Amino acid sequence: MIAGGLWRTVRTGMKSLALHKLRSLLTTLGVLFGTSSVISMLAIGEGASYEAQEQIKLLGSQNVILRSVKPLDDPNQGNQRSRVVTYGLTDEDLERIEETFPGTSGVVPVREIVGEVRYLDRATDARVLATRPEHQTLTGRLVVEGRFLTSEDERTLNNVCVLGTEVARFLAPLESLLGKRIKIGSDYYTVVGTLAPRLRLSEDRPTAGSDVTGEVFIPFETARKWYGRLQVRMRAGSFDMEEVDLHEIVVAVDRPENVPVVADASREMLRRFHGQKKDYEVVVPLELLARAEETKRIFNVVLGSIAGISLLVGGIGIMNVMLATVTERTREIGIRRALGARKRHIVTQFLVETVCLSIGGGTLGVALGLLIPLLVERFADLVTIVTPAAPLLAFAISAGVGVLFGLYPAWRAAEMDPVEALRHE
Amino acid sequence: MKSPEGLREGVLQGAEDTVAELIGVERVYRMGETEVRALSGLDFRVRRGEYWSIMGVSGSGKSTLLHVMGCLDRPTGGVYRLAGRDVQTLSDDELSEVRSRNLGFIFQSYNLIPQLDVLENILVPLFYQENPPEDGEARARALADRMGLETRLSHRPLELSGGQQQRVAIARSLVNDPDLILADEATGNLDSETSREILDLFDELSAEGKTIVFVTHERHVAERASHILHMKDGRAEEVVVQRAVEARAR
Repeated sequence: MIAGGLWRTVRTGMKSLALHKLRSLLTTLGVLFGTSSVISMLAIGEGASYEAQEQIKLLGSQNVILRSVKPLDDPNQGNQRSRVVTYGLTDEDLERIEETFPGTSGVVPVREIVGEVRYLDRATDARVLATRPEHQTLTGRLVVEGRFLTSEDERTLNNVCVLGTEVARFLAPLESLLGKRIKIGSDYYTVVGTLAPRLRLSEDRPTAGSDVTGEVFIPFETARKWYGRLQVRMRAGSFDMEEVDLHEIVVAVDRPENVPVVADASREMLRRFHGQKKDYEVVVPLELLARAEETKRIFNVVLGSIAGISLLVGGIGIMNVMLATVTERTREIGIRRALGARKRHIVTQFLVETVCLSIGGGTLGVALGLLIPLLVERFADLVTIVTPAAPLLAFAISAGVGVLFGLYPAWRAAEMDPVEALRHE
Repeated sequence: MKSPEGLREGVLQGAEDTVAELIGVERVYRMGETEVRALSGLDFRVRRGEYWSIMGVSGSGKSTLLHVMGCLDRPTGGVYRLAGRDVQTLSDDELSEVRSRNLGFIFQSYNLIPQLDVLENILVPLFYQENPPEDGEARARALADRMGLETRLSHRPLELSGGQQQRVAIARSLVNDPDLILADEATGNLDSETSREILDLFDELSAEGKTIVFVTHERHVAERASHILHMKDGRAEEVVVQRAVEARAR
């Protein structure tokens, strides 16, 4: 009986709203935009946070990464056009870490080789990284075809390479390069494997001067044999000569709680042996992850506040219209009271109408809120993620707004004196 | 013809067939410093099956009496009993329940709910009952048939003529089988032909034993009733018994 009564009240409410279609539609707009902004802002925020986290995870959340950083140019030092710059992590640094650092489960050096990658008539400036076989385990990259580098390659100084999907697709879009020979710089390498693509990130765009993203891996010892320590980088109008032992050292830590210990030890060790020369940086993905989480939290609070304000404005709009409706329908309230309606019946009647308006706006808002992230992804090239909770949350909030902002007009209606209400013209 | 004293005597005598009973009822309004006595020690008793007309000039207290009898307003003094219940002691919710179960209202301007169709308008008093009768809709349809509205059930009030709207209002006042039907200038907005039809309907209802209190300022309308109460300054000035009505058991 109660359910039947409520259904009848809902039907009557809908009929009342249908009497003023345009007014009802305009009233729902506030909630509609509020709800859609909640969903789309959460989706954009979630997408941005996801990207940041994925990028950090690519570094390996349990790793500490030491990188060589080229110091700022010193204008007093030699001829700009031809000087040799020596900087960065050294083989001694690597040795010290391998021998003295506790709590590590692996240490992998990485050296970046300058050179064009070419297959037949297609060439690109991909990142060529010389590293050890453990690099794959430490960074969690998957092989889709062939294999990764092995210790056998290190031992025999083989000219082999493993391509990132992006590079492989660029060089030979229609065929497998497995077993084929490609040219890196002036040397030929046999392709022994292809890596799985990383999850797509909006920042994965070819950088200036390069046609494609992605990397090519070659054995560390092979690179030592062919390229030595000195590398020449050609730039428009000048060339740089750099003497760098290692561009990166990835230190894998055995337990997450040891990550700060290893990070601090690395900083201390580098500070001691490199002195005032700031030619290194220590990247701790776990710290970045924590910072990204904090940024996400702030981002969500800001976005949530903006969305909340728009819902608040929507709610005030609904309350305003409902107050006007109550005044307009004073006589109807008097009639209903005369015919036996209790105060709670009147409250329910007006509350149902407000909730119908806000749920109507909420439903349209959810639809629009699901559409906006698609458009953002399509036209702004940003990653967006709509979590299942977002539309549910937005819908629940819109219904809550209806109840909250409907209570006062409904209470005003119920508190009317029936005799006065019946006299109302 | 009875004097007010005679009426008080009657009120105090046997009450087994009494539907509504007002003893020394007062209704005083305060408007700032001024005190307005709309009802001033009114005694009035309605027995089952009686058809009363209440007459009086503007400001005589007719409407206030109707509001008090309709449990829309509480007396500030005296006693009002409806169907054996002392109205002053009832809570707001209980008064609402009394209105939906024991009373039927007919207003001058029909007072139908515009967004509901004819059938729903007739059913409104049952919407608010705690345990509405299961045959409510059948009852509403039968009443609509009787009022000649069988082809208009799904129409909205604004699609009906004044006479048809008042018939809907009459059907609505009967759907809960009330103890007392209260009509406030029920023919005031109708032309003379339609008024006559509506008054004929009231005659029929009275003949069937319905208890009716009809507020009017038109003598020809009042003369249709079995009893006429003339009011002046919030009191019963004169009671005219036009024809005897046999007391009916409910």
